[in-house]
Amino acid sequence: MSVIDPQAEFERIVLPHLDAAYNLARWLAGNDHDAEDITQDACVRALRFVGGFRGGNGRSWLLTIVRNTAFTWLKKNRPQAIVSIDDDALAEIEDKVESTAAVRSADTEVLRAALADLPLEFREALVLRELEGLSYKEIAEVTEVPVGTVMSRLARARRQLQEHLNRKGQA
Amino acid sequence: MNCTEIYPLIHAFVDGELDLVRSLEVERHLSNCTGCTARCDFMRSLHSALQNSELSYSAPDSLLKKVQHMIGGSVQERRRNDWQWIWKWLAAGATAIAVVTLLLRPASVSQHDQLMAEAVSNHVRSLMQAHLMDVASSDQHTVKPWFDGKLDFAPDVKDFVAQGFPLIGGRLDYLGGRAVAALVYRHDKHLINVFVWPIARGSAATSQTESRQGYSIINRDVSGMRYCVVSDLNEKELGDLADLLGK
Repeated sequence: MSVIDPQAEFERIVLPHLDAAYNLARWLAGNDHDAEDITQDACVRALRFVGGFRGGNGRSWLLTIVRNTAFTWLKKNRPQAIVSIDDDALAEIEDKVESTAAVRSADTEVLRAALADLPLEFREALVLRELEGLSYKEIAEVTEVPVGTVMSRLARARRQLQEHLNRKGQA
Repeated sequence: MNCTEIYPLIHAFVDGELDLVRSLEVERHLSNCTGCTARCDFMRSLHSALQNSELSYSAPDSLLKKVQHMIGGSVQERRRNDWQWIWKWLAAGATAIAVVTLLLRPASVSQHDQLMAEAVSNHVRSLMQAHLMDVASSDQHTVKPWFDGKLDFAPDVKDFVAQGFPLIGGRLDYLGGRAVAALVYRHDKHLINVFVWPIARGSAATSQTESRQGYSIINRDVSGMRYCVVSDLNEKELGDLADLLGK
């Protein structure tokens, strides 16, 4: 009987997750200006579709919209950023185990650079997992791939991050 | 299982995403394998490094303003919608007397609905406006006196850190047309607002749990006070806090 008020729905469902939305956009776009444009664009879409939101996880729902908006934007403006990765390649076992010292001693800026250096799909999987705390199932929904792919992307992302930090540690 | 078989499972194991049976298999393997144990340690140290460092970006104020403008820009339209709604309602056959009786009824369903919607929106606003607390303290003896003189009642303020619900502060809020105390608790990463206000003498005691827009709400009446507990935490754990408040 009540009239759906999209603004009020948006305020309840979307607005609490604005930081998470911006964080994902910022890691995908790589700079503040583009991240702000992408997040704003995603909010416009979210406001348009919020009437059709049928409960569930508001954050995953918004992050999916942000992710799609970001990829559309990247395809148009920075096609070289999207390099398709081979999801079938399994993360191979490390032949030697590096000490964890490289990670422990890495400061924020070194970690930031290492994360920014990862391929787009690896970076987003790690950001969603480690910074946003999403479950494998939620990451699979947001990035529209099977859970198995999420697992392999996370494994490979961590391995590349480790290699990057080890290189830094030796340099 | 050997290292090659275990390796693909280690990430899911460290992330807590592995089922019990396979978790046990991984644990059994780890107890005999220093290589895989070192790999797990690496993943855990990476996890804590990523969590501890300030790698997350927060939405800048300029963006928040733009988005607020976007949804606030059509307040006029919302008012019009409200009027349309009222006219429809009247057209549906409700008389002016019915409206008056509805307003006079002390605890009608629609009033409750409105109050709970308001409680959820106060909770959400408190999380996003960086105005979660007026007084930030885990010390109940600091929070309780802070309310003195600001409210026409003295809320009972308790810390439940031992039970997993540390008190982190309090603030004044406005709910259902009156000033209320808002106590802020934390449980893991979830923030919980507990709105407290005195209820009318002789009104029936409430104890109910409901869910709105993905938030759980529990209302409890304890010694003349209403405790309205709101969070994105699940109903069961939120119920534990409600039980503690009721003791």
